[in-house]
Amino acid sequence: MTQLPVSTDRKLGLVIDLDTCVGCHACVISCKGWNTENYGAPLSDQDAYGANPSGTFLNRVHSYEVTPAEGPAQLVHFPKSCLHCEDAPCVTVCPTGASYKRSEDGIVLVNEDACIGCGLCAWACPYGARELDALEGVMKKCTLCVDRIYNENLPEIDREPACVRTCPAGARHFGDFADPESAVSVLARERGGIDLMPGQGTKPVNKYLPPRPKQDRATDFDILAPYLEPVADSPQGFLGWLDAALEKLPGGTTAAKTEDT
Amino acid sequence: MHPAPSVIIFTVFSGLGFGMLVFLGLGVPPVTGWVAFALYAIAYAAAVGGLMASTFHLGNPQRALRAFTQWRTSWLSREGWLAVLALIVMAIYAFAAVFLGSLPRAIGWLGAGLSLATVYATSMIYAQLKTVPRWNHWLTSAYLVMLSLGGGALMTGQMTTAAALLALAAAAQVAHWQIGDSALARSGNTLASATGLGAPGQVRAFEPPHTGTNYLLREMVHVVGRKHSRKLRMIALTLGFGLPVILLIIPGAGHVLGTLAVLSHLVGVIASRWLFFAEAEHVVGLYYGKRAA
Repeated sequence: MTQLPVSTDRKLGLVIDLDTCVGCHACVISCKGWNTENYGAPLSDQDAYGANPSGTFLNRVHSYEVTPAEGPAQLVHFPKSCLHCEDAPCVTVCPTGASYKRSEDGIVLVNEDACIGCGLCAWACPYGARELDALEGVMKKCTLCVDRIYNENLPEIDREPACVRTCPAGARHFGDFADPESAVSVLARERGGIDLMPGQGTKPVNKYLPPRPKQDRATDFDILAPYLEPVADSPQGFLGWLDAALEKLPGGTTAAKTEDT
Repeated sequence: MHPAPSVIIFTVFSGLGFGMLVFLGLGVPPVTGWVAFALYAIAYAAAVGGLMASTFHLGNPQRALRAFTQWRTSWLSREGWLAVLALIVMAIYAFAAVFLGSLPRAIGWLGAGLSLATVYATSMIYAQLKTVPRWNHWLTSAYLVMLSLGGGALMTGQMTTAAALLALAAAAQVAHWQIGDSALARSGNTLASATGLGAPGQVRAFEPPHTGTNYLLREMVHVVGRKHSRKLRMIALTLGFGLPVILLIIPGAGHVLGTLAVLSHLVGVIASRWLFFAEAEHVVGLYYGKRAA
C-alpha cells in the first residue's frame, strides 16, 4: 500500500556524525557488499573495470568544503543514504504499491516483485536515495539492513546495519527515534541533529550532526607557536647591523620599508 | 531531468490523441461514418501509441498491470485508470458514430470529460513533484492541458477554436518558462539547506561520491546550455504555436495548409517537450554541485 501509515510504533533510523566521519567510504563498500549478497536483487555494476564504470549504490559519501567568514576552511565528508522519511514522497507516488513504509518500525522498503521500474519514486526523492538497478530494472534503496537487524542467526553485535557496524570512526549510529531516551535520540538532541532539506517537508527520520566549528579551537592549537616563530620581525645584533647596512645601499628595497626597525 | 525519447513521445502523442477525443466526444465536429472512422483511428493511434511508448522506459514492463492498484495516492496510477476508462467510453461512442451513424450525447460528454481528466492526471505526475521546482506549479497543468486541447482542436479541424486555444497554450508556455526560470532559486533549496552546512559557512561541493557517473546524474541532472535552450524556445514557439495560428487564420485554409499546420505544431511541441524535461532541475543536483542556486 502506498498510503503512508498515520504513525509508526518505532522510528528506526541513523544518526550520522559529520564531525567524526573521515570519508573512508568503508560504509559504502560494506553496504554494497551486504546488499549484493543478501536480500533482493544484487547491486549491479556496469563496465566495472572499463573506461566508464557505473553502478548501483545505496549509500554514497560526498565531500564538501565549508569556508567560514573567519577561520580556516573545513572539509566535511557527507554520507548519504535513505533517510526513511515520515512523509516519504517516494511511497505515495508509486503506482504499484511496491514502495511502502512499515507501520511497525518505519522502514521504507521496495517489494521488488511488484516494482515496474518506472523510476517515479526516484524523481520524488529529494535526496537521491533511490537508484534504479540497470541490470534488474527494479528500484533499489537502503533497507536499513532489515535482514540484519532482526536476524537471529547473526551474533547480537552484528544486528545493526552493515554501514554502522563497519564504520571505523564511529560516525554512524543506529536506533529508535520514537524512544526519546534511546542513544540516537539523546545524541541528536545534545548535538543539535538536523534534517536535510527541511523545506521539502519529508520529515526525515535520519539526523545529521553538524561538524563542530574548528575556528573555536584555533587559539588552543597555536599555543606553541610563539616559541617556534621562524621569522624575526625586528632583527637584533649582527642581523640588525646587516639589515641596516643593506638598507643604506642604493636601490632601495622591493618590499615594505623596514629602516626604522 | 533526462529528456528520454519515450517520455517525450508519450506526453506529446497521448496529449494530442486525448485532446482529439475531447473534441470528438463533445461532437465538434459531429462526424459519423468513414470520416469519423479516420479521425478516431488517428486519435486512438496517437493516444494508445503514446501510452505504449511510456512503457518503454519501464524496467519491468511485464508487471505494468500492477500500476492500476494505487489510485488512492498515485497520480501515475490514476492516469492509467482514467486513460483506460476514457478509451473504453470513447470506443463505445466511436462505434455508434462510425457504424450506427448516431452520436449518443451523454456517452460523448463522459468520454470527453475522462479524456480531459487523463491529460490532467498526466500533468499532475510532473506538477506534484516538490523535488523539481520548475514543475511544481499549476502552470505545468495549464501548459499540458491547453496544449492538448489546442492540438486536439487543430487535428479535428476546428480552425478558429484551434487558433484561439493555441494562442492560450502559447501564453501558458511562455509563463511556464518565465516562472520556471526562477523556480529553483525561489524554492529555497540550496546546497546549504541540502547539507545543513550553511551555518558554519559557505558550502562548495568538493568531491563527488564516485569517480564515474551514476543513475542519479544520468536521470536527474541533465544540464542544457543556455544558448541552446534559448534557440530551442524560439523554435518551439514559432513552429508549435506561431506558424500554426497564422496558417489557421488564413481564410479558406484547406487541408494542405491544415496538414502543414499540424506538422509544424508537432515539431514545435516536441521541441517544447524536450525542453520541459531537459530544463527541469531536480534538487538532488544540489548535492553534486550542479546547480547554480
